[in-house]
Amino acid sequence: MVGEIDPTVVNLIVFVLAIFVGYHVVWNVTPALHTPLMSVTNAISSIILVGAMLAAAPAVYDWGGYMGIAAVLLASINVFGGFLVTRRMLEMFKKKEPKPKIEPAQSAKEAS
Amino acid sequence: MSANLAVLCYLVASVCFILALKGLSHPSTARRGNVFGITGMAIAVAVTFIVVFEATGNVAGILAGIVIGGGIGTVIARRVQMTQMPELVAAMHSLVGLAAVMIAVATINNPEAMGLVNPIPTATLLELFIGTFIGAITFSGSVVAFGKLSGKMGSAPVVYAGQHWLNLALAIAMVGFGAWFFMGGGWFPFIMMTSIAFLLGVLIIIPIGGADMPVVISMLNSYSGWAAAGIGFSLNNPMLIIAGSLVGSSGAILSYIMCKAMNRSFISVILGGFGAEDGAQVAGTGQKTVKSGSAEDAAFVMGNAESVIIVPGYGLAVARAQHAVKEMAEKLREKGVSVRYAIHPVAGRMPGHMNVLLAEAEVPYDQVFEMEDINSEFGTADVALILGANDVVNPLAEEKGSPIYGMPIIEAHKARMVIVNKRSMASGYAGVDNPLFYMDKTMMVFGDAKKVIEDVGKAIE
Repeated sequence: MVGEIDPTVVNLIVFVLAIFVGYHVVWNVTPALHTPLMSVTNAISSIILVGAMLAAAPAVYDWGGYMGIAAVLLASINVFGGFLVTRRMLEMFKKKEPKPKIEPAQSAKEAS
Repeated sequence: MSANLAVLCYLVASVCFILALKGLSHPSTARRGNVFGITGMAIAVAVTFIVVFEATGNVAGILAGIVIGGGIGTVIARRVQMTQMPELVAAMHSLVGLAAVMIAVATINNPEAMGLVNPIPTATLLELFIGTFIGAITFSGSVVAFGKLSGKMGSAPVVYAGQHWLNLALAIAMVGFGAWFFMGGGWFPFIMMTSIAFLLGVLIIIPIGGADMPVVISMLNSYSGWAAAGIGFSLNNPMLIIAGSLVGSSGAILSYIMCKAMNRSFISVILGGFGAEDGAQVAGTGQKTVKSGSAEDAAFVMGNAESVIIVPGYGLAVARAQHAVKEMAEKLREKGVSVRYAIHPVAGRMPGHMNVLLAEAEVPYDQVFEMEDINSEFGTADVALILGANDVVNPLAEEKGSPIYGMPIIEAHKARMVIVNKRSMASGYAGVDNPLFYMDKTMMVFGDAKKVIEDVGKAIE
């Protein structure tokens, strides 16, 4: 190969490979967790915060810089809201400490 | 921090995101997955913060934005009820879309701040155009979806003559202005293009009916990812491209699964108006009779059964009856009745919604089964208790020539006895009559799901 590779080409390679990874990983997600999947991908899509931060810190502020700050604010709502609500949901899927655990123990005692 | 080091950190963050999705393959690893996701996000934000700090030092605005936005997000995440998850997710999609548009605007205003050359090269303008219009459609589409899901707007499909042609014309106009923009047209075509995209987002979602919402949410989920990826292309930022594509493909898969579960093509959902067109399908109902019973009758039947399978549907979610169901099931279990739950993929208002509602009511997840896993069990079950579900248990789906032929259903009609709770005899969303209701072994218990189940629970004692 001669010459430099255009960054767009590199971007395209990254893009296509990431889609393949996403495709294969997501098919393994259990249907019971599709709602948490959606809220966590929602939080991940607020990675747009990275772009917003670049826009929010120009050397000299004009209205575009303030728009960047507004974008940071919107994306941050999503980052925190998305991950926290996912955690809240997944806590509910935690296996409950089974209360009837006492019962088999008691019945075992009774049997002996 | 050198650019190379920053990108390597982004790679670590991307791996964390992949592990986050991987963790969701089982409830036992899911919480660890979420921690990976948070870690990835923290790395990405920290690295970007250092890069920005070293470049200009103007980070006060960013800190303020993160603190205020983070505070709002935290409060929302704590307060939201599980029945409101669909509208919360829709609202959050709209934020991503709007942020993408704002970043694009800021980039065009000041390309140097984003590490681009001024004037912006044509290829980058094209990428900005793509990121912006997807972001704009995501924003306005999600706002409409939020309105429909939260009941602030009617959920009935809005259909009018020439709808598809209008949308097509607008889409062509949008692409036209977009082409003008990336050929160097400047602000005017950009503003026109973005405004049309906002309008298109609204027009695409209004004809889609309430029961198709699982598809719409998944689709908007996908769009929000593609918007992030599009912005990533224009900023040459691999972090945005990778995370955006992961989300985009995840949403696309969910849309596909939802369409398949409803036996609908993606195109027909997007074009909308299905429920309205097929409303006249209720032919041949005739004078068939149904047996109706009281909550006490249902309690008696289930109390004497060996195994009961509960089929929760949309009606249960609307009536917020998940806690009542759990209590009733507990009482049955105490009497030695085996109780399991059968979940259709489109039960509830978003993918997996019913599982979350049952988990909220502290139903252990090993009592909850997916449709494919439990369908073979109905043949040996004494009672199938159907709560606010209709089309997903309609045996007509197995008969050739019926409008819903081919739709995967929960085979509740194979149980020895069927108890159906519904508010009325109205046909389901597909507008198709359900022969299950007229079977000899079927008992209808009319009324609000929550009220009926509480009565059944009381009567079991």
